[in-house]
Amino acid sequence: MIREYLTFLYRCFRLSFVGTAGYYVWMFALSVVALLGLNAYCKQFVHGMGVTGMTDHVSWGLYIANFAFFVGMAAAAATLVIPVYIYRNRELSHLVIFAQLLAVATIIMSLLFVVVDLGRPDRFHHMMLRFNFPISMLTWDVISLNGYLLLNLHICGYLIYAAYRRREPTKLFYIPFVMIAILWAFSTQLVEAFLYCGLGGRPFWNSAVIAPRLVASAFAAGPSILIIALHVISATTDYHVPEKAFLTLRNIVRLAMAASFFLLMSELFTEFYTDSAHVASARYLFMGLDGRHGLVAWIWTALSLNAIGLVILFTPASKSRGFLIAAAAMMIVGVWIEKGMGLVIPAFIPSPLGEIVEYTPTPNEWLVTAGIMAFGFLVFTILVRVTIPVLSGKLAFDRPYDPTRADATPATNSGAAGA
Amino acid sequence: MSIRIHEGNSAGVDVTRRSFLRTGAAVAGGMAALAAALSPLKELNPEEEFSLEKFIQKHYKEMTPDDMKVALERIAGDVERRYNVRPDVRDFRPRAGVEFVYALNLSRCIGCRKCVHACVAENNQSRAPEIQYIRVIEMPRGTMDLEKGNHHYDRPSVPDADHFYMPVQCHQCANPPCVKVCPVEATWQDDDGITVIDYDWCIGCRYCEAACPYWARRFNFVKPEIPDADINKDMGYLSNRPRPKGVVEKCHFCLHRTREGRQPACLEACPTGARKFGNVLDPKSEVSQILKTKRVFVLKEEVGTLPRFFYYFDERYPRSLDPEAKEIALSLGYAPSAGGWTPPPGEAPRGTNHGEVTR
Repeated sequence: MIREYLTFLYRCFRLSFVGTAGYYVWMFALSVVALLGLNAYCKQFVHGMGVTGMTDHVSWGLYIANFAFFVGMAAAAATLVIPVYIYRNRELSHLVIFAQLLAVATIIMSLLFVVVDLGRPDRFHHMMLRFNFPISMLTWDVISLNGYLLLNLHICGYLIYAAYRRREPTKLFYIPFVMIAILWAFSTQLVEAFLYCGLGGRPFWNSAVIAPRLVASAFAAGPSILIIALHVISATTDYHVPEKAFLTLRNIVRLAMAASFFLLMSELFTEFYTDSAHVASARYLFMGLDGRHGLVAWIWTALSLNAIGLVILFTPASKSRGFLIAAAAMMIVGVWIEKGMGLVIPAFIPSPLGEIVEYTPTPNEWLVTAGIMAFGFLVFTILVRVTIPVLSGKLAFDRPYDPTRADATPATNSGAAGA
Repeated sequence: MSIRIHEGNSAGVDVTRRSFLRTGAAVAGGMAALAAALSPLKELNPEEEFSLEKFIQKHYKEMTPDDMKVALERIAGDVERRYNVRPDVRDFRPRAGVEFVYALNLSRCIGCRKCVHACVAENNQSRAPEIQYIRVIEMPRGTMDLEKGNHHYDRPSVPDADHFYMPVQCHQCANPPCVKVCPVEATWQDDDGITVIDYDWCIGCRYCEAACPYWARRFNFVKPEIPDADINKDMGYLSNRPRPKGVVEKCHFCLHRTREGRQPACLEACPTGARKFGNVLDPKSEVSQILKTKRVFVLKEEVGTLPRFFYYFDERYPRSLDPEAKEIALSLGYAPSAGGWTPPPGEAPRGTNHGEVTR
């Protein structure tokens, strides 16, 4: 039994090194960026956080911004799970696994972004020895992220291995976990929001609308990544992705983004109509404060991309793949800026004692960030690459996958996917 | 670079010589790239940065007296190796029946920043970049809005007649948000009200820095640098022993002095007597009297942190006429000037507040 499972893992490992030229180029590029990021992180590890653009004034930067974004992407797996398991939309059921694989990859990215943000990663084990639970929201975050990772690993792992064994998966072994994972997805967003909005000293974060805003923007950007990933899968493999999948995701994205704008308007009205001292950070973000406007161009770019993407999605043009992909890309970039630079950084400007110190990430910081993203996409690509032959029955316990075999068309050799 | 390993079947693994060589080359290339990526780690000094002793050192609250002895000995050894000074490192515990509070008379503060620099010297703070625990804000009259204040005032003489001066440091809150958020309990409130940090336990996540409404906490973004000659040899485990890089630090009311019955360094350095410190549980203490008789206030009362740092305005004497302040200022070589005092030559202006910004 264990031996068979190890054989399965070994076959998956071997398979991840097999693909078309495009697959190799993609994997090679990701590996190079990931290694550059590792190199940049080693520099940070040796010389300290001084190699980043962070200061005592803006003490969280690009890393925590990306952490916030990718936690949202992980939660967005629920956007495909809900239609399938709650609304019984059977046609999409086999696509759910790709959403969950995306969740696995993005949680790994989120965890890496927290680790690179630590000043003393060598003391990580202190978490295990004295865990300030339930008082510190960061401890909730550790539990929520690792729990969500385990849930998704279990669900995907079980379904894929069942397909490999050519067995019908036993519902009891995964349906309860799927239901828990749906609730857990929301809880990751809630905990993530509570991390920020429970701080009375940071008025910009101290708002009840942060949690719903995180959910709304995540449910817009997450399915957008899935749209692009599924498009790449259907274009580069013979795996059939029904058109309905794209239309369902398109629906989810436009509803979520509309909700996101609605919540943003509520926030902006409260801030700017009241016009109390509370508004300083929002003013810095949207208009600039005292002649400093480092984030103004960013946030308006983000909002413009999201607005244009939303308009496209509400027109019939977005039923064509080209417009859909373009709109999805706008959602991803827009939300990445809005959730990262737009949510994390302004809370530190002005500082609690009223100083305005701006933040610009250093090249080293960008490299670490790019490295983690590349690593995450590497993980996602490998997961998708080994999953497709298993799901389509080309790799099974009684049938080692041989891409050179006559019955395998060249297209099946590739599983390149990603954004 | 391409790797093409044919997925073997039970009948036999189809690995040709050519594909074997290509695989070998790819693996070697990958390993070389990985080694190159990791190469900055060669600059690490593992002996100084990591040791088994440090790795297995327990949390402050879990240490037995023997554990503490070992830890203090190790710290003394580290300091001696690095700064060529043999320090006296001790573990100062809070005393029963003591709760410290600070009271600061804004009418008397002249914004000379002597407290800032005395604090840096006392507490072995990094000089390059300079880490300061006290921030003095020059406030225009007619407002308490800190955003209207100037942190980087740099006048030939202080105080300026149109401003008042507001020093801010850790407020040692009774409801400290920084303690709540710490994921590893590396910071806590001791029985005498001082919020302390175990520098050997902090993981450097800086959540406390984000949580503090008074911007009291500082992070060691790089390895702190202190000239050997400037080391203060009287050190406390939870207070002014030199900090490693990557951890958070802040004002601790000079606990290595105050728990021994002495006054904090910032108070001793203050030329005007604006700073008052003591045990609020002792009804006869000066701070108790001030809290009872003066119209004291705390900063940002609305955030509910219950600070132990109180401000008050006491105009019994206009600053320039206060006999006590005048005497002290003259003894320090200050010369009376229009509306204030001019520091002695060579001392003015004594630095600015932005040491930590210009890393």
